[in-house]
Amino acid sequence: MNWDKWIPLMVVASSLLPGLIIFTLAEKRGRLRTTLNLLGAVVKLGLVGLMVWGVYNEHHYETRLALLPNLELVLRAGPLSLLFVTLSTALWFVTTVYAIGYLEGSAHRNRFFGFFSLCVTATVGVALSGNLITFLLFYELLTLSTYPLLVHRGTEAARRAGQTYLIYTLFGGALLLLGTVWLYSLTGTLEFTPRGFISGLGPEHNSALIMIFILLIAGLGVKAALFPLHGWLPKAMVAPAPVSALLHAVAVVKAGAFGIVRVVYDVFGVETAALLGVTMPLAWLAAFTIIYGSVRALYQDDLKRRLAFSTISQVSYIILGVAIAGPIATIGGVVHLVHQGLMKITLFFCAGNLAETLEIHKVSEMNGVGRRMPWTMAAFTIGAFGMIGAPPIAGFISKWYLGLGALDAGQDWVILVLIGSSLLNAMYFLPILHRAWFREPPKQWPADHQFGDKETAWALLLPPVVTAAFALGIGLLASLPFTPLDWAKLIATREFYQQ
Amino acid sequence: MHETLSQIPWALVLILLPLVTGMLAFLWPRLAIPLGLMTAAMQILAVIGLGWQIHSTNDAAYHHAVGGWGAPLGIVLYADGLSLLMLTVTALVGLGVSIYSVEYFQREQALRFWPIWLFLLAALNALFLTADIFNLYVTLELLGLAAVTLTALAGSKAALDGAMRYLLATLLGSLCYLLGVALLYHSYGTVDISTLAERVEATPAVWAALGLMGAGLILKTALFPLHFWLPPAHASAPAPVSAILSALVIKAAFYILLRLWLTIFSPLNESAATLLGLLGGAAVLWGSLQALRQTRLKLLIAYSTVAQIGYLFLAFPLAAAAALSTWNAVAYLALSHALAKAALFLAAGNLLCFGGHDRIADFDRVVRRLPITAAALALAGVSIIGLPPSGGFIGKWLLLETALGQGRWDLVIVMLLGGLLAAAYVFKVLGHSFTEADVMHEAGAVPKIMEWSALLLAIAAVVLGFLAVPVLDWFGLGEVVGIRAVSS
Repeated sequence: MNWDKWIPLMVVASSLLPGLIIFTLAEKRGRLRTTLNLLGAVVKLGLVGLMVWGVYNEHHYETRLALLPNLELVLRAGPLSLLFVTLSTALWFVTTVYAIGYLEGSAHRNRFFGFFSLCVTATVGVALSGNLITFLLFYELLTLSTYPLLVHRGTEAARRAGQTYLIYTLFGGALLLLGTVWLYSLTGTLEFTPRGFISGLGPEHNSALIMIFILLIAGLGVKAALFPLHGWLPKAMVAPAPVSALLHAVAVVKAGAFGIVRVVYDVFGVETAALLGVTMPLAWLAAFTIIYGSVRALYQDDLKRRLAFSTISQVSYIILGVAIAGPIATIGGVVHLVHQGLMKITLFFCAGNLAETLEIHKVSEMNGVGRRMPWTMAAFTIGAFGMIGAPPIAGFISKWYLGLGALDAGQDWVILVLIGSSLLNAMYFLPILHRAWFREPPKQWPADHQFGDKETAWALLLPPVVTAAFALGIGLLASLPFTPLDWAKLIATREFYQQ
Repeated sequence: MHETLSQIPWALVLILLPLVTGMLAFLWPRLAIPLGLMTAAMQILAVIGLGWQIHSTNDAAYHHAVGGWGAPLGIVLYADGLSLLMLTVTALVGLGVSIYSVEYFQREQALRFWPIWLFLLAALNALFLTADIFNLYVTLELLGLAAVTLTALAGSKAALDGAMRYLLATLLGSLCYLLGVALLYHSYGTVDISTLAERVEATPAVWAALGLMGAGLILKTALFPLHFWLPPAHASAPAPVSAILSALVIKAAFYILLRLWLTIFSPLNESAATLLGLLGGAAVLWGSLQALRQTRLKLLIAYSTVAQIGYLFLAFPLAAAAALSTWNAVAYLALSHALAKAALFLAAGNLLCFGGHDRIADFDRVVRRLPITAAALALAGVSIIGLPPSGGFIGKWLLLETALGQGRWDLVIVMLLGGLLAAAYVFKVLGHSFTEADVMHEAGAVPKIMEWSALLLAIAAVVLGFLAVPVLDWFGLGEVVGIRAVSS
């Protein structure tokens, strides 16, 4: 029996099944729940590792199931899929550990971890989708499975945030659906193909294609928090910290950005999209979002809100890299998918630690916190410098390739955007670091939960330290094989140079 | 074994079994519950048997002359893909509702519920197996009367009021239909559908018949603007009855309309299709907006039915150019709507049982206290909205694809707006079931069986999203609409 056919499906199932089982467990079966969660995560990591090795050696992993007459549910592992799958699987593992610590002793953990697993299932499905309808299916599933996490606390504020989230994402979903059906009625296929599948259409369809591009990008831009569709993201801050981490680094925002990458490369094809004249406006929009998000972040005193605006800005790097439409910029954009994830999840873990341990929620309360929680703040510092783009942290690599790629494609203005964004990032991150390390701590913290002689619980401390170490490591060792950068180069090679 | 199974006249079983068990349940009320459950389970088997018979005769329609007497004198039972579809819906929803009702109805009410419910099943099955327009009338009338009786079962003032309106509407609808039948019989001397289809011409009498029958059926289907009777009736009835009414009874009237459309009327008239599409679009928007405005769950669900019926009518103007994909879409929408809507009403019944009210804003942490019911609401809601993965999505996708293929942007926009509005009203309910209510109240106990039967129906609506190919194959609607299905 040929197992290659079923591995993508098994990767999806490895979080779906634990999730479904967890829903049926009794609340007090904490140990079994944790075991199931971690078992799923380990199995998934193993399978993904297998596929990474296989794809590197030009193996094909593809699951096809009939969905509709003439349309199939396709799960396929290509280089781009695997980049995202690996990211979300690895970060899922870390976030699960973190969430177990974070939710220690709180209620409804079955529901939380059940939907958490569903959320990752949807993300992995998004990543592995081999055609647009499969993508759409998992994309909507992602919307649905994040909603209960967002309103998990059951407060009125949470309900409102959930409502805002749904208004944005379901509207986006409707646009995406319209674009998808329209495209299907024109082309009769939705299969992701390198360099796109629409180049066969004559020029009389150009205006329709431009409309479809706008619909698809608008639908995906909601989740990617592209200006002016970003409004839900700062409001979603009421959710528990692991959920924020999930929204910002692992699943939702990334699914949107990843979708845009897919649409530009594998639906339209870079060259066709450039010929249609749609990539330049997208690049401008991304550039504007980068600056806009950073400027808004400057004015936030709430730490999580500041990080949220920072996400809005950072995710648009990915879109910018894709929209510049050159091989080197592609490397920068695609690799930032991973780099931003690692750095941002570190920052959110740290913010969660501050809130859980000392009940610090605002930047203005962070004076001297580095002395009380050195490990947490060290991780935060690495994440923040990475965001600014300081070498040798991962963020620098992304910016370097984005800048080079822009010059290579003759888009010199992008350099100004990159410099401006770095300056702004420095302006909103450095004051935090200054407060944390160099100001006197207050006589009393808002609250101080003691964890023996440690600064906080192990399950809370380890994840940010590990992700920060990774963010540093893949920056330092970027040119080794199987780093995200190496993999992004593989993707760019297959997209631009291979037949 | 195989031989004997294919020898049994399953179509007759489908009609006679509920009829006989209904009478027995009336005579020996103590046996009502086992009889009801047995009938519901047997129906599933009978539908499979009938489907097998149709398939083993190379997809030709199934004919059975009762007592050896054929048309025009005797009664002929007839079944094709469309009948099979409706019988399947009835069997599935019927089983779910029956299991639910075991716990829902107590003493007095149970005595009355079971016999009438079994009669209603018999009428429904007979309706879907009929090949002439007069017998359609008879079964339609039986169905209407049984449905009205069930509506009044709660006995409250609101229920009697709703039932009364329902009675008037259903009688008026049947009367119009009967007048149309009389006109056709007078003109052509037959009530057999296939014979009529051959003979019918565009004469004034036929036009009048079309108008009368159409108007009567539209009233019974509760298509906008003739939906006025539906919300009070569906909202005031006991929960399982609401489920039956919304999922099955109005679908029966729609089935007749569709059947007549496919055979007798569509060759005659294109502008009627435009009108139906227009009304369907209005129904989608109006029903959804009204649903959004409601503060009570059952009324919200009832208005949602008005909206969902609209989708079925959107198909009429599209069918002329792409019959197969359009009717496939309608089949899928009807099937998944029936399952999802039944689940919603049953879940609403659980909430009523639990909190003693169905005020949406006062739902108190339902997600935590009744997780299974909340899951049923959510999953059924997903299918109603038409989000993937669900049966509702498949139906909507097929319909959207057809509409876009024909450049019908008006219909496309209506469908998308309808989906968004549906999302708004579904999540209005779900959002409030996460939060705490201002007013605390004593919680009543909800039997697990009631929770699970709602959830299973909802799960069925979602799972349908992955079964499009086998399901559409099984119904083989191509034959019904005169197109040989292209095997993939």
